[in-house]
Formats: sequence, C-alpha cells, structure tokens
Amino acid sequence: MSAPAQAPATRRRSRSRTWIGWSFILPNFLGFAALTLIPVIASLALSFLDWDSYSTPRWVGLDNFERMIHNDNFWTALRNTAYYAVGHVPLTLAAALGFAVLLNQKLKGVRFFRTALFFPYITSLVAVAVVWNMLLSPDLGPVNQFLRAIGIDNPPGWTTSTTWAMPAVIVASVWRDLGYYMILYLAGLQTIPAELYEAAEVDGATGWQRFRYITLPGLRPTTFFVLIMLTISSFKVFDLIQVMTEGGPGRATLVLSQVIYREGIVQGRFGYSSAVSMVLFVIVLTITIVQFRLQKRNET
Amino acid sequence: MTASVRRALAYVLLVGLSVAVLVPFAWMVSSSLKLDAEVFSVPVRWIPVEFHWSNFVTIWERVPLLTYLRNSVFLSVTITALQVLTGSFAAYGFAKVRFPGRDVLFLAYIGTIAVPWQAYMVPQYVIMEKAGLVNTHLSLILLQAFSAFGVFLMRQYYLTIPDELSEAARLDGLSEYGIWARIILPLSKPALASLALLTFVNTWNDYMGPFIYLTDNKLWTIQLGLRSFVGLYDAEYAMIMTGSVLSVLPILVIFLLGQKYFVRGIATSGLK
Repeated sequence: MSAPAQAPATRRRSRSRTWIGWSFILPNFLGFAALTLIPVIASLALSFLDWDSYSTPRWVGLDNFERMIHNDNFWTALRNTAYYAVGHVPLTLAAALGFAVLLNQKLKGVRFFRTALFFPYITSLVAVAVVWNMLLSPDLGPVNQFLRAIGIDNPPGWTTSTTWAMPAVIVASVWRDLGYYMILYLAGLQTIPAELYEAAEVDGATGWQRFRYITLPGLRPTTFFVLIMLTISSFKVFDLIQVMTEGGPGRATLVLSQVIYREGIVQGRFGYSSAVSMVLFVIVLTITIVQFRLQKRNET
Repeated sequence: MTASVRRALAYVLLVGLSVAVLVPFAWMVSSSLKLDAEVFSVPVRWIPVEFHWSNFVTIWERVPLLTYLRNSVFLSVTITALQVLTGSFAAYGFAKVRFPGRDVLFLAYIGTIAVPWQAYMVPQYVIMEKAGLVNTHLSLILLQAFSAFGVFLMRQYYLTIPDELSEAARLDGLSEYGIWARIILPLSKPALASLALLTFVNTWNDYMGPFIYLTDNKLWTIQLGLRSFVGLYDAEYAMIMTGSVLSVLPILVIFLLGQKYFVRGIATSGLK
C-alpha cells in the first residue's frame, strides 16, 4: 500500500480511538466537570466579584481582598489555622513514625496493634469529637482526673478555655490521624534494604545510630510526602473543630475554612468568601511548591 | 541478652502506647452501658457496676435512628456504586486507550485533587442552589460520586496490568468495552475493593457534606443525627455514647472484613 492511501485510514482509526477513549471517560467526566472542574475555576473568578445571594454579580477587582485584609476575623482565623498546623504536623509525624518503627519489628501481635492504631482514622468524626469532649471535660473528665492524680492541682480547662481549646483540638486530631500516616511510614520502611541493617550491625552500630543513619535517610521520600499531606490537611481543617468547639470559646479555635463556610454559605457572601478561599488555596499551593523545591535541593 | 532486653522494652512501649490510643474507645463503650449519673465518676470506673444494655434499646425510641441509618446506608451505597463504576470505566480510558488530549485531561483531574475542597465549596453550593438541589440526597450523590481520586486510584492500578493482555484480547476480536468488562475488571478486584471500602467509609463518616446540604430532619444521616442529639441533650452522657457506639459499629465490621484492602489502598494512593 502506498503512503498517501494509508493516511486517511490511520486518521479514521485515530478518530475512532478518540471516540472510544472519550466514551469511557465521559460518564465520570460529566459529573467531575460540572461539580469540581467548573467550581474550581469559578472560585477564582468569584473572588473578583461583588456578589451576595440577593444581588447581581458585579466586577469589583481587588475590593474583596482589601476588605479581607482589614477584617479582624480573617486574621484571627489565619493565625489559629497556622497555630493548629504548627501543633498538628510535627506531633502527628513523630507519633506516626514512632509507631511505624515499633511495629516494623518482628514482634508477636503486630497485626493486632496495626489494626487498633489505624482504627481511629476511620472512626466517624462526630463520635471522635464527642468522646474527646467528654474525656477532656474540665471537672470530672478522666484526663483531668489523671492529671490531678499525678500532682497537677490546676489542670487545663481544655475546650472551655480560650488558651487550651486549640491544644485540646490538636490532641484529638493527632490521635485520629496518626494511624493513617503510620501506614504510609510502614510502607516506606519496607523499601529500606535489610542488608543495610545487617552491615551496620556487623560494624557495631548502636540502635540509635542505625535509626539516625539508615532508617531516617531511607524514609526521606515518605517523610516528604507525609509532610505535604499533613500540612495541606492542617490548613483544610474543618469538621473536627466544627463539631468539637464550633470555633470557640469566643474565636479561640476559629479557622479559615469556617470563615469560608460562614461567609459563603451561611451569609451568602459568595464573592467575599471566595477571596478567603483563594488565600487558603494559595497557602496550600505555596507550601507544596516550597517543599518540592527543598526536596529537590536535598536530592542533588 | 541486650537484644532480648531491647525487644522486651520495645514490647512494653508498644503495648503501653497502644493501650493509651485505645482508651477513648474503652471510655465510649463503657459509658454507653452506664447510667448518665455514673459516666463521670471519681475515680473513673472503666467497667460499669451494672451493664445497662437497655440503653441500646431506649435510643431507638429517643431518636429516629432507623431513618438516619437508612439515609446513611442509601447515600453510602449509591455513591460507592457510582464512584466505582464510573471511576474504573474512566480509568480504562486514561490507562489503556491512547488518544489526543488524554494526558491534558488527566492533568485536569490530578490538578483538582490538589485544590482544597473548601476553596470551591461555595461555587458548588451556588450551582446546587440554582439547580434547586439543596436539601436533597441527589445533591450529595452528584457531589461525591464522581471524584477525581477514584479515577486516579484505579488508573494507577490499571497501569500495572500489562498491555499485552488487552492486545491479545483485541486480536481475538473483543471490543474495548469487552476488554474492560471481561479482562481488566476481573483482574482489578483488589483495587476495586480498596476504592469501594474507602469511598463507603468516607461517605458514611462525612459530616460537612450533609451538614451543609441537608436541613430536613427526614434526610439526615447518622452523623447529623448524632450531632443534633448531642446539641439537644448534652447531659445525657450515656445515651450520647450509645449513639456513638452505634454510629461506629458498622464501620468497625466493614473495616475488620476488608482491612487488607484499606491498607493497600492507602499505600497505593500514597506512594505512587
């Protein structure tokens, strides 16, 4: 067959492949495009509009952002969200890593512990929040009873105190999330070759040295991924706080997502709330990019 | 000698810490079997003096639990079925059919996974409001059944299935749809199980979706029902814990049955 005769046939085949490909993707794509892709793009545009649930949309440039930076609620929420992240990220990471290293040994009953430690992660949030509120109950809750028993006369008021509400939320969230990241670390530990440990043992390395010079470097890709996931999820925090403290007492645990929800859905200020959500998006994006950069620099 | 001492030490540490992690569950179960007045006792009583199993009967009369459970089951099953079906179907298009524009399209899918949901929940809400779907189950089904995550998870798995299999089937005259149904689907059972379990549990536990979209008590899920009970009767500690136990129980059963797939699903989505 000559070359020119082949071309239309190839094109026809490629066109039919396009059809077939799209036909597979379309059922999912329709829902995805209408309710994820379009909203994602729209939220960017919305932040430049003056649009409340009762008014017609009007282009206002950066007005929403200007209003935002003069808004006290926004700054409080931003500060609180950062506070939550600073507590939640390192504590969850340390707990997940610690449990993963413990569970990676050949001990009896490891399967049971892995199951038990993972379970909080898939326990419903409402149940988690309710139980922790009771455990941390200031007067008669078991946590404060325990603290008094070990000699702390004036234990914290936890969710009833503006100072201690955030630590209370962080404790509950670390408890809930550690199992998930532990599984990621356990998967990471499997990728470190056993020969490295054997060689180190022959050279007389101590347990700490093996951890410091083999385990930690070997886990670097996992830690990188865990850090990104943890940071992003910290900035998105919403449900746990909504159920545990509703942002209170006062504004002690008010976070960015709650501001978006209250302004956008409760008050119907679509434009303004989208400006706040842009900030959330940019923060998450920036953290991801910075961590990717650092990771790259470490590798070279 | 030192090795066995270290082993023992690691064991003690592991047991101690694990018990600490399980304390909230112990508190939940033990309180669910007490009287309200006994929940906050000094000192803490981990095993109730008397087991009040009647709490688990009374709660059905106190709250329309059956309605809540039925709604939760309906939403979780529908969303999971749609997600698994459309997700695996789309994943075949992304992993096994080559056509122009495919990779750009996939990038759009991946890109949205990185965007926090809170950043676009307001436009979503506006769309639902304009469509008149706020306060219907349909709104939640539409919002959650077509997630990019499901497509991503399934595509990653399909990429590990050698192309030679589908090539051979193609030569045997099987259509692309036939290959998906008869070759790829049966091979991807573990991934389908992972996706189904993760989606089911996520939907069952979801609080924000129902909280934003469902105002009518008759449409509420178990999570909303439990939250509202806590708000209304905040001194009925035992009953609150009974409700919590009942809301967690189905998840525990599903988790214990499909543990392997949960762990695999998380490891796959995390490290590829």
